[in-house]
Amino acid sequence: MSKDFVLKKGLDIPVAGEAELRVSKTTAPGIVAVEPTVFKGFLPRLLVKEGDPVLCGSPVMADKKNPDILLASPVSGTVREIVRGEKRKLLCVLVESDGKRQCVDFGVREASGLDDAQVRDALLRSGLWPWLVQRPYGIVADPAVRPRDIFISAFSTAPLAADAAFCFGKDAAAAQAGVDALSKLTDGKVHVSIPADGPESPFASLTGCELHRFSGKHPAGNVGVQISHIAPIRKGDTVWTVSPAGLVAIGKLFTTGRYDVARKVAVTGPMAFAPAYIEAVPGMPMREIASFCGNSEGLRVVSGDILSGRTVGREGYLGFFDNQITLVREGTDKELLGWIRPLRFNQFSADRSYFSWLLPKKKYAMDTNLHGGPRAFLMNDGYYARVLPMDIYPVFLAKACLAGEIEKMERFGIYEVLPEDLATCEFVDPSKNNIQDMIEKGIDLMLKEMA
Amino acid sequence: MNKIFEKGGKLYWLHSTVDAFETFLHVPGTVTRKGSHVRDAIDLKRILILVVIAAVPAALFGMWNVGYQHGLAVGDPRLNILGNWWYGFLRVLPLYLVSYIVGLGIEFACSQIRGEEVSEGYLVSGFFIPLIVPVDIPLWMLALAVAFAVIFGKEVFGGTGMNIVNPAILTRAFLFFSYPNYMSGSDCWIHYKPAEKLVDGFTGATPLALDGASAQYGTGFWDLFIGTVPGSVGETSVLAILLGAAILIWTGIASWKIMAGGVLGALLVGAIGDLAGISTIPCYMQLLYGGFAFGIVFMATDPVTSAQTECGKWIYGLLIGALCIMVRLFNPGYAEGMMLAILLCNVFAPLIDHCVISAHLSRREKKRQTA
Repeated sequence: MSKDFVLKKGLDIPVAGEAELRVSKTTAPGIVAVEPTVFKGFLPRLLVKEGDPVLCGSPVMADKKNPDILLASPVSGTVREIVRGEKRKLLCVLVESDGKRQCVDFGVREASGLDDAQVRDALLRSGLWPWLVQRPYGIVADPAVRPRDIFISAFSTAPLAADAAFCFGKDAAAAQAGVDALSKLTDGKVHVSIPADGPESPFASLTGCELHRFSGKHPAGNVGVQISHIAPIRKGDTVWTVSPAGLVAIGKLFTTGRYDVARKVAVTGPMAFAPAYIEAVPGMPMREIASFCGNSEGLRVVSGDILSGRTVGREGYLGFFDNQITLVREGTDKELLGWIRPLRFNQFSADRSYFSWLLPKKKYAMDTNLHGGPRAFLMNDGYYARVLPMDIYPVFLAKACLAGEIEKMERFGIYEVLPEDLATCEFVDPSKNNIQDMIEKGIDLMLKEMA
Repeated sequence: MNKIFEKGGKLYWLHSTVDAFETFLHVPGTVTRKGSHVRDAIDLKRILILVVIAAVPAALFGMWNVGYQHGLAVGDPRLNILGNWWYGFLRVLPLYLVSYIVGLGIEFACSQIRGEEVSEGYLVSGFFIPLIVPVDIPLWMLALAVAFAVIFGKEVFGGTGMNIVNPAILTRAFLFFSYPNYMSGSDCWIHYKPAEKLVDGFTGATPLALDGASAQYGTGFWDLFIGTVPGSVGETSVLAILLGAAILIWTGIASWKIMAGGVLGALLVGAIGDLAGISTIPCYMQLLYGGFAFGIVFMATDPVTSAQTECGKWIYGLLIGALCIMVRLFNPGYAEGMMLAILLCNVFAPLIDHCVISAHLSRREKKRQTA
């Protein structure tokens, strides 16, 4: 059965630098990083020391609260260095690859023939468990919980996002195995959302799950937005989400017996030379994509999309969940009387006081300039709600988070959102508030108070 | 920015001021640190300057009208359009100077105390204030009223964006209740010097207070629509205000729902007045009289002090329109009710939003329970 959802609100941000649909490079990094910091709610405990040999799929860290949850090495080789930051906070474990990609053999199994304990055990042991993200709060899922439903958004509407049909075109069988496995973990359903238009999704033929078709502008492809339309999260509900890359990785664990998180990554953005796809593993150093960056000064390297990705810098590493890298220029130059110039055709604005609406097809070489000074919220809620296809009052929620009022945050829907869902609101905000950061702090407060 | 203005520098106490002028000249080179890496080109400066531009037709017409009304009053219609405008400009300019010097001075000082950048909010309030007061208001009164409104209407709440009532309306309310002689009656709306000889049958009353009596100016539909009648400086011309409304609605800065709600509310109460025989003027004429048009287009739609929710905007607009006409029809003391209606609804806006949101959330919750 499939349902169609047409979302009217939203905003597609026309950034230049879309990746061409070809793989221009297969990276074989000498060193990869296993970073615990990208997993919210994961407190790392080291399982290896420097010099230890590891295989692809060997555990490197475990969660302190829940020692069954493991992070695994994506390559085989030896542990090179354990990097710590302030107060000895564990930042990452660097693994030197031997280039052989020897894998731990977890055994090929038919996912549909297993029971829930076996599936859970297989995911935990293999280090694939952290792909499961719990809502509310966006933390690593708790293995002791049976979620109400599991949601997968099989596409992304983020600016310049990797094309799902291109990335996962050959992975339909693995995705099916992934759905079979995940369906054991919930009493409810596995919901998969695919785009209503465009090329046929490789996930369109999945069985054993509920298929939904979504069309609309960003953030229509965000799983949080989809959940709020399919079956909203109410107080007390717990649901899990998995990205399509995670679904395929989980499927491959059962079809090949291996920990395989290699993926196609789109290198995009206005500053990328010949933007295209690369084959990579998470934790790949950004040095590997130097050929896309050139020597330009003032470059921001973002792991993820331009709205919600992390700034990692040229010396950083590809994030675990990311299949996109965005290269964008630091906009540190001052623009003379910019705000009053009537035309400003090279700047994109969703507001009608500029003339971007005259050029709907134009792509803009955006930079990171804030385009104004930070102010208190001035425009009213509707100004933000027009880019958020959820039944939520974004300004009221953001203000409740600022004030730290738990009851109001609950009322205004903190359980339904992650910061990424309000990214378009943050983009259009003329007061230049960091709305995503406000939501993040609100969620942290909820985690602390509700624990 | 020069080093001496930075933290620890000698002139750090001027930091907000320098920063305000610098960002006025340049879009600053600051980059995003958190969250979305790219941002929309829109900022508050752009939005607020558009509001000012939208009010420019009303201001220009108002200046001309000051000269024109003076000419009618002294029976000297010799001046041409430009001459009338220049005459009015010289009368209105001091109001603008006082409004901006006092208001911006306080705004800069308060921003410095809070350690924030200077917000652009007062650019708009300061532009509106001279347009909603009588042209002959003594300057010291205006200065006092502006100081009161900016400090107690805005800064004590934390500056632009945090205020409950519109500072421009508060300025007018302060004048209205403190110095009623200068704000109502028939001596303040037309500028003339005591020595000047006035025409026979002269009246200084606005059409609303005239109540059908004859005057040296026309009081027909088109006179009111174009605005060749006495009144506060910028409020008389419905035509000029509609031009501004078109800009505001097109850019989406002001809510058309509030404006439409206001018009509906006014028509509704006006029609009841007509049917019950209380009112002597047809209800649609109520939209042209007094400060209704200026208030509903520029004052009621202030995004900070109006209702935030879409449904709330309708209720808020309806209430303002209805209250305004109610004061006009049922209160013998005040000829005009727009200012009071907006002030009251500013205070009620958070309550309206609260009710709208509560109703929406409980309806949604019910739907989810049955689903």
